[in-house]
Amino acid sequence: MFEIHDVAYKDILHVKHLTIKKGNVTSIVGQSGSGKTTLLRLLNRIISYDQGEILFHGQPLHRVDPIALRRQVVMLPQNPAIYNGNIRDNLLIGLKFSEKPMVADDSLYKILKLMKLKKELKENTDKLSGGEKQRVALGRILLMEPEVLLLDEPSSALDESTEQLIIEVLVQYTKSNGKTMVMVTHSKKIAGQFSDEIVEIIKDQPVNQREGV
Amino acid sequence: MDGVIELQLWQMAAAYVFVVLLLFIVKVKGISREKEILIASVRMTVQLVLVGYVLVYLFNHMHPLSTIIVIAIMEAFAIHNIFKRVKKPLSKPLKKMIAVSMLLGTLTCLTYFLFVVIRISPWYDPRYFIPIAGMIIGNSMTGVSLGVSRLVDGMHAEKHLIESSLMLGATPKIAAKGVVDNAFDAAILPTINTMVGMGIVFLPGMMTGQILSGISPITAIEYQIAIMLGILGSVALTVIFFVQLGFKTFFNEENQLIIED
Ligand SMILES: Nc1ncnc2c1ncn2[C@@H]1O[C@H](COP(=O)(O)OP(=O)(O)O)[C@@H](O)[C@H]1O
Ligand SMILES: [Mg+2]
Repeated sequence: MFEIHDVAYKDILHVKHLTIKKGNVTSIVGQSGSGKTTLLRLLNRIISYDQGEILFHGQPLHRVDPIALRRQVVMLPQNPAIYNGNIRDNLLIGLKFSEKPMVADDSLYKILKLMKLKKELKENTDKLSGGEKQRVALGRILLMEPEVLLLDEPSSALDESTEQLIIEVLVQYTKSNGKTMVMVTHSKKIAGQFSDEIVEIIKDQPVNQREGV
Repeated sequence: MDGVIELQLWQMAAAYVFVVLLLFIVKVKGISREKEILIASVRMTVQLVLVGYVLVYLFNHMHPLSTIIVIAIMEAFAIHNIFKRVKKPLSKPLKKMIAVSMLLGTLTCLTYFLFVVIRISPWYDPRYFIPIAGMIIGNSMTGVSLGVSRLVDGMHAEKHLIESSLMLGATPKIAAKGVVDNAFDAAILPTINTMVGMGIVFLPGMMTGQILSGISPITAIEYQIAIMLGILGSVALTVIFFVQLGFKTFFNEENQLIIED
């Protein structure tokens, strides 16, 4: 899916070689400030690399239309954005942004159930807890059915048991729908439990690739 | 123009009593603003007297070039004033868009207003051209200043939200829509409020001047209505040009947000 060759972004990140395989769950681990978020941002092309090459389906990333790319390679940022409005608006906004057809309420309730949220769609989002907001933002991305899910610490606001449940759902979704998932996590336990591949980023050291558990 | 009371020099001087009064008050209250008040009064007097003589000269020596030069100076001054008024660092492309939208918006409105609504002749008649241009450019300047402030503030404040929208595949236009709409709204609201209060809360300076100098209030009001609509049109047009061109300067050709922290 992605092949990264000798890519550098400022002095922040250097990736000698890294392949992200289609259908895999890849976990990115490493200390904070090591460049994990930067790597996801490069793949979503919200920033551009200074040197080297990233191939997406064998095509150089800078040749792919950035907006079309982001609709296929969607990124969930570390602090997910919540928009003014209710839960329905927030779930549907990804479809709206990416100009995909809207879906009916029963699909939205299915997503809420998947995300273990017992909420009404008309409920306003400003009263939601951090963990609930994070799951609304995750649900928004699942609705978009992108090829690749780039998730930056998707469970950072969740307690340990909910984290387990949600990551399991995400991995199952990825596997059963033939999607690809790249997830930044600071939990080695989660990484070890769910990944096909673990990539560790060490500060100021070029990235190397090794097999996960 | 009979019935107009020509102000004598001593009558003008008597009006300065208000300045003396103000100076006395701030002195007693211990507010150290004497210098500013004096400077403001002197500047107001000198500037208006100079403008008076310039206008007399221009009206007596009508020439297309002199009208064009005056308009150019007004535009340059207005654009420079916007740069100065907005207390934010402005990028080069954004400054360019401010200038482009001011010129495009005000000149379009001015042309329509002078040649379609009022139908002045000759086309460069400074008696109409200059005061109307002044009002249209001045009000557009205020509107665009507000729009610039709100757009720059909004783009910085909503940086995270805008970027998150891009990450979901939104176009820059959609991602920045909330900020752009807000900026437009804030920029034209004062003009709309002015229209609502017009004639009740205040009589506009131009109309007051015309009535005082002997023109029938009905004629003065006809002009005022036309001018007010022209101002509304120009403010709306310059601001819409500005926000539509301006928001794009916050994105690069790869549709990435470029805001330096
Ligand atoms: N646009 C940028 N300009 C300068 N420094 C940045 C920029 N983005 C991130 N950084 C810095 O790069 C380093 C890596 O950031 P990040 O990728 O967010 O790390 P992680 O997600 O692993 O915690 C940090 O020190 C961060 O402050
Ligand atoms: Mg990070």
